Amino acid sequence: MKHRPALTALGVLAVLAIFPLVISSDYYRHIVIIALMWVVIGSSWNLLAGYTGQISFGHAIFFGVGAYSAGICTTKLGISAWWGMLLGGPLAMLSGLLLGWICFRLRGSYFNLATLAIGEVFRQVAIFWRDLTDGMQGILIITTFRSKVIYYFLALGLAALCVFTISRIMKSKWGFYFIAIREDQDAAEAMGISSFRYKSLSLAVSSFFTGLAGAFYMNYMGFIDPEVVFSLYFISIMAILVAIIGGAGTIWGPAVGAFIMVLLHELFRSSFFGYAPKWVSSTHALAFGLLVILAIRFMANGVVGDLPRIFNLWTRKEPIPPVEEGSGL
Amino acid sequence: MSFFQTKHLTKAFGGLIAVNDLSFEIEEGEIFGLIGPNGSGKTTVFNLISAYYPITSGAIHFRGREINGMPTWKICKEGIGRTFQIVKPLRRMTVLENVMTSAFCRTANFGVAKDRAVEVLHFCEMEKKLDFSARSLTIGDRKRLEIARALATEPKLLLLDETMAGLTPQEQAEGVLLIRKIRDSGIAIIIVEHIMQVIMNLCDRILCINYGQEIARGTPPEVANNQAVVEAYLGRD
Repeated sequence: MKHRPALTALGVLAVLAIFPLVISSDYYRHIVIIALMWVVIGSSWNLLAGYTGQISFGHAIFFGVGAYSAGICTTKLGISAWWGMLLGGPLAMLSGLLLGWICFRLRGSYFNLATLAIGEVFRQVAIFWRDLTDGMQGILIITTFRSKVIYYFLALGLAALCVFTISRIMKSKWGFYFIAIREDQDAAEAMGISSFRYKSLSLAVSSFFTGLAGAFYMNYMGFIDPEVVFSLYFISIMAILVAIIGGAGTIWGPAVGAFIMVLLHELFRSSFFGYAPKWVSSTHALAFGLLVILAIRFMANGVVGDLPRIFNLWTRKEPIPPVEEGSGL
Repeated sequence: MSFFQTKHLTKAFGGLIAVNDLSFEIEEGEIFGLIGPNGSGKTTVFNLISAYYPITSGAIHFRGREINGMPTWKICKEGIGRTFQIVKPLRRMTVLENVMTSAFCRTANFGVAKDRAVEVLHFCEMEKKLDFSARSLTIGDRKRLEIARALATEPKLLLLDETMAGLTPQEQAEGVLLIRKIRDSGIAIIIVEHIMQVIMNLCDRILCINYGQEIARGTPPEVANNQAVVEAYLGRD
């Protein structure tokens, strides 16, 4: 069978489009909406980290800025939070370019740590700049629609737009330049690539889409506070897990990872839908930690990156090749 | 005005002067050899020209413009390509993708970049390895890939840093032919090499340095018979 990415994409899109029309449970719709939102965040993180090699521990910044742009539209400007869908992306991109201007002069772990620190700065600012953000009180808005179907298709549209845009970028000059910077920044410079400029471009696209996801979250959930949307663990680290479990440096990896991670998170949160003892729900951080260790040991390239290996493991037709350095980090 | 010229080029790392008051010029279409014992500053000269290090004093002129102070990528755009002594293949890309990335230096069009990359890889006789991943290449092919990648940026001057080291005699002979072919296509070359047979064979003129300073310059026979050069390499009786 010939591999046809475009056909696969349309098939997946069709299944996802039919889902809310067949499944009427708001609970299941909600889980897929959240997973689709994570497709956007994970794919965005992947563009910067998986493809351009700049591992960010600060993606909560862009999510939070996007979410607060939407919230502040209502609380301070008195306009609909939907304006945040227009403002959130560009404002997140601005904060991205600011982050890049500061951090891109650093390489490797120094870059990672700087993004981590600046992420915490943003969280603290959101907590203490009460005049703008209402601090820990958070922002509560009345959501526009009661039906989840509208939010569902909005999230699906965002996810499709994000994955499509990134897949197009990766087939262009920009994509080649991003990977060149990941593989060897010195070689890239010698090939006429301004690493600062192209890292900034990658970060601009990445932060734009993450900001959109944030603005969507505000409109969908109706409530945000700094500990939720600027959270190191629930946003920044989750973005990394989504991309790495799914397969960093692949187009579909973060999308697959988003569904895996959101489902796992939900399984643990609900103590396996109540079938497991209650204390299980408090072990989800531990479970995620174990999962990461297992993933790095047995499928360092993620589910999508190591698909051929996993398939061989299943059928045992061919000898199982060792974990190989793939397209991931 | 020369095609390429350094004036009193000097680089100090703290108290260590790695390149000391080095002036030389290169004509269009010339193959210029830069030799010297280990640690004499040859690679540092390359790193100064391609702006991996800022120069301490002096100036570098290329085609009528002062290029010192420009960032590395800009110098590539100006028309100076380079290879690395310790090869830097983009490991998780194919040979074709490696060279395409370079070709994007002169075009933003995917098709144009691909055609250009295929053309360069034919020129370098790597057309059978287009789809090999860069990390699967032998050292000989990796060195060739370095050259192909530099050529795809369409340089007017090419800096080759020990592209023959570690190659078999057969591969070296092929490498010499390739370098001649590059020169015949109108590209000037500065070559750093330890294998004297290669240097003597290829170069129009040679500059020999030691401790970052010029000790001799001239045609290959002149340099080979220069007392200071022999002493630098072999020591004094």
